[in-house]
Amino acid sequence: MTQPGSAGLLAGQSGDAQGKTAPTRRGTELSMLAFAAGLVTAALMLVEINQEQQLTMGLVYYGLAYLALFGIAHFAVRRWAPYADPLILPCVALLNGLGLVMIYRIDIALGERYDTWSDAAPKQVLWTTIALAMFVAVLKFLPDHRTLSRYAYTFGLAGLLLLALPGMLPSSLSEVNGAKIWLRLGIFSIQPGEFAKILLMVFFAGFLVSKRDLFTVAGRRVLGVDLPRARDMGPILVAWGVCVAVMVFEKDLGTALLFFGVVLALLYVATERFIWVGLGLVMFAGGSIVAYRLFSHVQGRVESWLDPFGTYEGGGYQLAQSLFGFGSGGIFGTGLGAGRPETLLFQANSDFITAAIGEELGFIGLAALLLVYMILAMRGLRSAVAVRDSFGKLLGGGLSFTLVMQIFLVIGGVTTLIPLTGITAPFLSAGGSSLLANYVLVALLLRISDAARRPQTGQKPKPVPQAPIAEAHTVMVERPS
Amino acid sequence: MNTPLRRVGLAMLAMIVLLLANATYIQIVKADDYRTDPRNRRILLEEYSRQRGKILTADEQIIANVKSTSGRLQYQRTYANGPLYAPVTGYYSVRYGSTGLERAEDEILNGSDDRLFVRRLSDLITGRDPRGGNIVMTINSKAQTAAYNAMTAAGYTGAVVAIKPDDGQILAMVSTPSYDPSGLAVGDSDAQFEAYEQIRDEKNPAKPMLNRAISENYQPGSTFKLITAAAALAEGKDRNSQVTTAPGINVINGDTNCDTDESTCLANYSRGTCGNGTLASALENSCNTAFAQLADQLGEEKLVEQAAKFGLGQTDLEIPMSVVPSCLGSRADNECMVIPNRSALFQSGIGQKDVRMTALENAVVAATIANGGERMRPQLVQKILAPDLDEISGYAPDSVEDAMDSDDAAELRDMMLLSEDHTGGDGKTDLKIASKTGTAETGIDPKNAPPFAWYVAFAPADNPQIAVAVVVESKDVAATGGKLSAAIGRATMNALVRG
Repeated sequence: MTQPGSAGLLAGQSGDAQGKTAPTRRGTELSMLAFAAGLVTAALMLVEINQEQQLTMGLVYYGLAYLALFGIAHFAVRRWAPYADPLILPCVALLNGLGLVMIYRIDIALGERYDTWSDAAPKQVLWTTIALAMFVAVLKFLPDHRTLSRYAYTFGLAGLLLLALPGMLPSSLSEVNGAKIWLRLGIFSIQPGEFAKILLMVFFAGFLVSKRDLFTVAGRRVLGVDLPRARDMGPILVAWGVCVAVMVFEKDLGTALLFFGVVLALLYVATERFIWVGLGLVMFAGGSIVAYRLFSHVQGRVESWLDPFGTYEGGGYQLAQSLFGFGSGGIFGTGLGAGRPETLLFQANSDFITAAIGEELGFIGLAALLLVYMILAMRGLRSAVAVRDSFGKLLGGGLSFTLVMQIFLVIGGVTTLIPLTGITAPFLSAGGSSLLANYVLVALLLRISDAARRPQTGQKPKPVPQAPIAEAHTVMVERPS
Repeated sequence: MNTPLRRVGLAMLAMIVLLLANATYIQIVKADDYRTDPRNRRILLEEYSRQRGKILTADEQIIANVKSTSGRLQYQRTYANGPLYAPVTGYYSVRYGSTGLERAEDEILNGSDDRLFVRRLSDLITGRDPRGGNIVMTINSKAQTAAYNAMTAAGYTGAVVAIKPDDGQILAMVSTPSYDPSGLAVGDSDAQFEAYEQIRDEKNPAKPMLNRAISENYQPGSTFKLITAAAALAEGKDRNSQVTTAPGINVINGDTNCDTDESTCLANYSRGTCGNGTLASALENSCNTAFAQLADQLGEEKLVEQAAKFGLGQTDLEIPMSVVPSCLGSRADNECMVIPNRSALFQSGIGQKDVRMTALENAVVAATIANGGERMRPQLVQKILAPDLDEISGYAPDSVEDAMDSDDAAELRDMMLLSEDHTGGDGKTDLKIASKTGTAETGIDPKNAPPFAWYVAFAPADNPQIAVAVVVESKDVAATGGKLSAAIGRATMNALVRG
């Protein structure tokens, strides 16, 4: 289990790195970052050509500023996580940069359509800077991800509090566009749920690593399937209850779904028993049916998903606009800056940003975007496979899965594959909380990948007495016959 | 725990593949459906960045034009004399779409019509922005202005349609009250909203956006007697044929000795005897009993046939805007040209019961009589010009059918001359007019409901240049076609013939 993975899709770890000085591959990272900077600058150039019919020297400065910003992140990685995966940061930089260009471009469109000054792009630049600072801070002050497992319960409690906070506050402080997921603090608002997501994942990873023996104990056997013991179902029931509460009190389908999905994935990875996933899916189905029966906002989402054009005058309007955008983009897209993202209304730069990208960059652009996300998540997962400690594996796997799950929910939502749940595309969508949280997520992934690739110096690492869970091994327990 | 991790990895891959497959379906398979959906505003926005063509009157006055703006939409539609021409041009709005000629001739005006293809191509090569073609209407500004001014000066609600009898060109099409389409064409969406809120049917009981000339039909009343008379002439009757002068006729059994106070007794307007017993005198005096009896004698089949020859019952007429059908029967499916029973037949003969006609259709009736019985299809577009004013297509008169024998048409014209002499109202000049008035009863309690006042005519009688139909939704129970509508029709005809 402590050997790096070396087969199939997730392979690539050079086995001969053991013992010798492994290449840090930081040069690769820097050149890939420069490539991303080139792409983003070209994107911005297209927007300028199409929107303002002119090119300014400002373009070059923006490109250089972007490169400088991510250059700092790069040097932080070089300094504090030298063996980290070289593709994760460039992927993030590319997504973040494309997001900035799109948000800027949508600002222009919304400004013209509604005669208002939309300032989402400068705000997003500010948030990017803050998020990168946070990213650097995590790398600097968290030299070993296993430290986190010590505070698993604290994090769990904090995560629960953050998740529950908006639901308990009066609507005036927490409700925006029908979803009670905000903390409105004067001039800016944050979505505590975004941070709760990561805190709870740390908790679950820590909790499962220390207690996973329990979950592998088989209970009753029904129809040839080993069910878990009823008393072990506590955590999954609690997670389910929290998700339902989020759905009911905060009307946030996306977070509930994301959270529950990640918990299931972690349970499965920790226990290697598929029955947990099966159980979870049954609970999910039950919860969905009950929620559909009881809550009008869930019914509305499902109706507009099934027939966005039939509900055009109501809830389906935006979905229909999104489909019009994707359809008008076709295979090759209208070109950056030449589409009509303003038809997506004010969610054009958040929940529906991928629809705007699908219109302007076409199927090809959307597919490329999906592949960038895939590379990002797969590199994360690969680090999780390669890292030596269980906690790191669970956390890395969970973080990677979160990325894909988010993108599945958001793009699946706007392309009517699944009902729209109102979640943001990581790194792309306008929104500070999501950006901050996802940068922390990526910093953790880099930290784990650094641990995975770092050559082991001398003896085996000393056991950490404070965190025995980090050294816990899989124990196979036979079902008593 | 690497095995489950890899399986989770596979699940992640599966999610991405699902997304890609769905995106393929949306962006490649279904893309055209979504792109061309009429609710997709991109199509409209695309058009807006093109220089839209002009709409001109036949005497080359520019009615709809464009002006450059500084906004993202490069051009804004402008209308000269908006309310005067609104029933013809319609409006063109980013927010509310388009109506009228703006909609019917959109492909020419926005430049996407195939006939403009070669020019578009050359624009592409020379780097010039593509422009739309221009529409020259058949509308004559003098006739249009005279009709509109006469209607608005009197404060009337209704419509005027004038047609050139020998080729079907629509010389005037007025609907009052009207609205200014300029308000809906301004660049600012909020301003469009405000303008629209003031004129839309739900907010404005006067319904200024309703085109009363082609989208509304009215009981024709006595103007329908022209069709009954035409059917009678086709049956060999002439101006001296004998008809009843009785004060009333029972609509159940045709008894001419009925009490005019009874509900089943159809009475003359005067409630007394009417005319001197000839067909000409019956038309001149608009005798209800005589034409009700004639309709009954002709029978449903012949009356329906004659009406159809004049164009009633036509459901697909486009001028190029589509025109609501004029009907003898109810508007239910397939019953437009069905007179259900004998009682209805009596009443249909004088244009009551379920008979409904548009102002345009009644003008077609007058124009057909004026044109010696040959019915021409009414048209609103005279010429289509390329952006550089080259003529792409000219006017093609379209003869539909011979509704009447030319001798019968002359006979009917002479009877209409007598009718004009008998009709009061203002605006009489030495112009020789052939006409028929109508005062159509409306509502459940016709005795107390204000009627529709009609006037259909053509002039000069011996060489007709213009046929006109006027309908006024009167507000006065005692109103008649002679009192209200005749003056408007005469003003319109004088404006065109005398200049």
